[in-house]
Amino acid sequence: MTTLRQSGRLTSGSRSRWLNADRLFRGGSGAFAFGIIVLLAGIGTLLFISSIPTWRTFGLAFITGTVWNPVTSVYGALPFIIGTLETSLIALVLAAPIGLLTAIFLAELAPRRVAVPVSFLIELLAAIPSVVIGLWGVFVLSPFLRGTVEAWISSTIGRYVGFLAGPSFGVGIFAAGVILAIMILPTIVSISREVITAVPNNQREAMLALGATRWETVRKAVIPFARSGIIGAIILGLGRALGETMAVTMVIGNNTRVPTRLFDQGQTISSQIATTFNEAGVGLQTSALITLGFILLIMTISLNIVARLLVRRVAGDGVGQATGG
Amino acid sequence: MKEIPEMAIESLDRAGETAAVASPNGQSPSDQQSVARYAGAPGSPLATAPTSVATGAMEVQALNVYYSAFRAVRDVSLPITPQSVTALIGPSGCGKSTFLRTLNRMHEVIPGARVEGTVTLDGVDVYDPRIDPVQLRRVIGMVFQRPNPFPTMSIYDNVVAGLRLTGRHSKASLDGVVERSLQRAALWNEVKDKLRQSGVSLSGGQQQRLCIARALAVDPEVILMDEPCSALDPVATLKIEELISDLRDRYTIVIVTHNMQQASRVSDQTAFFTMGDDRAGYLVEMGPTKEMFTSPKDQLTEDYVSGRFG
Ligand SMILES: Nc1ncnc2c1ncn2[C@@H]1O[C@H](COP(=O)(O)OP(=O)(O)O)[C@@H](O)[C@H]1O
Ligand SMILES: [Mg+2]
Repeated sequence: MTTLRQSGRLTSGSRSRWLNADRLFRGGSGAFAFGIIVLLAGIGTLLFISSIPTWRTFGLAFITGTVWNPVTSVYGALPFIIGTLETSLIALVLAAPIGLLTAIFLAELAPRRVAVPVSFLIELLAAIPSVVIGLWGVFVLSPFLRGTVEAWISSTIGRYVGFLAGPSFGVGIFAAGVILAIMILPTIVSISREVITAVPNNQREAMLALGATRWETVRKAVIPFARSGIIGAIILGLGRALGETMAVTMVIGNNTRVPTRLFDQGQTISSQIATTFNEAGVGLQTSALITLGFILLIMTISLNIVARLLVRRVAGDGVGQATGG
Repeated sequence: MKEIPEMAIESLDRAGETAAVASPNGQSPSDQQSVARYAGAPGSPLATAPTSVATGAMEVQALNVYYSAFRAVRDVSLPITPQSVTALIGPSGCGKSTFLRTLNRMHEVIPGARVEGTVTLDGVDVYDPRIDPVQLRRVIGMVFQRPNPFPTMSIYDNVVAGLRLTGRHSKASLDGVVERSLQRAALWNEVKDKLRQSGVSLSGGQQQRLCIARALAVDPEVILMDEPCSALDPVATLKIEELISDLRDRYTIVIVTHNMQQASRVSDQTAFFTMGDDRAGYLVEMGPTKEMFTSPKDQLTEDYVSGRFG
């Protein structure tokens, strides 16, 4: 009996040439992928090496230090860590519910002729350059917030709750949070819409057939199914909020003290780096700024890993439901 | 013996009350009296019926079903006998699923889908603009082709998912419903020790019985099954068939099947559908299952059940 190998069909010229091309392609793309990993590791390492003088001088107290003073060469990261977390949290609190409801509307309720253009417009929002949003924030949003929301909150609840008291300047932590909310909305909406659309129809039908309304079906069958993907979308939005620089720098007020009130002016890690890096010169201040960058990198990378794991899990949730037996 | 599901009557009652706001959807004029009767008005047989009365009789008349411009089902009229099993057979694509889904108004959730004709349940036109399809689906339950338990819910929560849509229930009453529904779905003994586990941890056959238990838990009168065994192996299929035989005393069952042995094993009546040149499905013949398989009146039926076509 002649086997395939003996007949030569497996070793014919054209096939082996194809195999070579395949190997080349795999090798090439593998090399690039490896290169990217090296680059990332390189950036991380470089940041860490440049941050060593800071860690030597201040130790872990750098993270909890509340003073940033180039004159006395005392540097602490706390005002910026707080500024970063606070603005991102405001963004999240505003954008997550609005984004999720918008995604539900677009994926489940709106007719196609509404959903398609609205989705497009929301994604277009992500294409507006950060600096343009910043300009709008300075000239339109901040004065508006100062005259309405901030004035109202500081003159009502603010009388009893110190954190919400005035004075308000328009620019500040709160305005930066609102700007960030607008900027992460497209991320949250488009990814949530995708994971909601990916929920198999048999889940909706199962709930509808039990006598659920449209809304109950969304709430009890669709959202639970898409849950981890939606959380992933929100965390990816949060990641964007943590790192966003230009627009925040323009509306946050650029104050290096620890913000104690919602309407205080402040600084995030990225806005602090952006505003002071030029004048820092070589020496401890530069190292301290790079250390801030290193801290931010660690924060965003760990968030992104968590988010991606969650998004991947939702893709796996739907399979293997109807295995035989 | 069948208890009248109180919840069902109440819910349809509510449907009657909200009638004024429901917009007419272009269906044929309704028989107002029968709606009132279904809604449990004073003196109505349903409101005052003794608990042993047979309910769940359906009647389909001159039914045409469309997907936008495409007519998928043409001019179907047939009766559905209460507390018995009606099988729908016919070649694939002849509109069996489409027809089935018009019975509990699941058809209309598809954009562009449309229905003409009448479908009645215990004399009430289910397409009357005053009937709320959401309430109707609690009375006419459904089991799908692929088992579709809710993956984020436990077995327990899957069973009571429908009940939880209707307000608060005490834990004791939920426990009772879970046990009773799983018993009736012949699943209790297999899962009673792992009610808190995920519904998708079960085998395919068990998942399908879980879906049946879930449908039973809201106490329907009619259960629609769309090829419930097509994703299952022969052993699991046999279990479901036994279960259907057990359920027939209590519920009106309509089952779509492509498996003629199955139809002859489980059903009392069989309706044979096929499709015309315009791809619209129509009813060829309906009768007691035995006659349909031994002495069909129509040559098309004869060819189909003897395996000469389809
Ligand atoms: N959602 C839909 N939109 C448009 N056409 C459909 C849809 N579902 C089914 N059809 C069409 O309706 C006809 C009947 O389908 P179906 O009821 O699924 O048949 P069966 O269950 O008998 O196999 C087929 O021609 C099918 O292509
Ligand atoms: Mg079908």
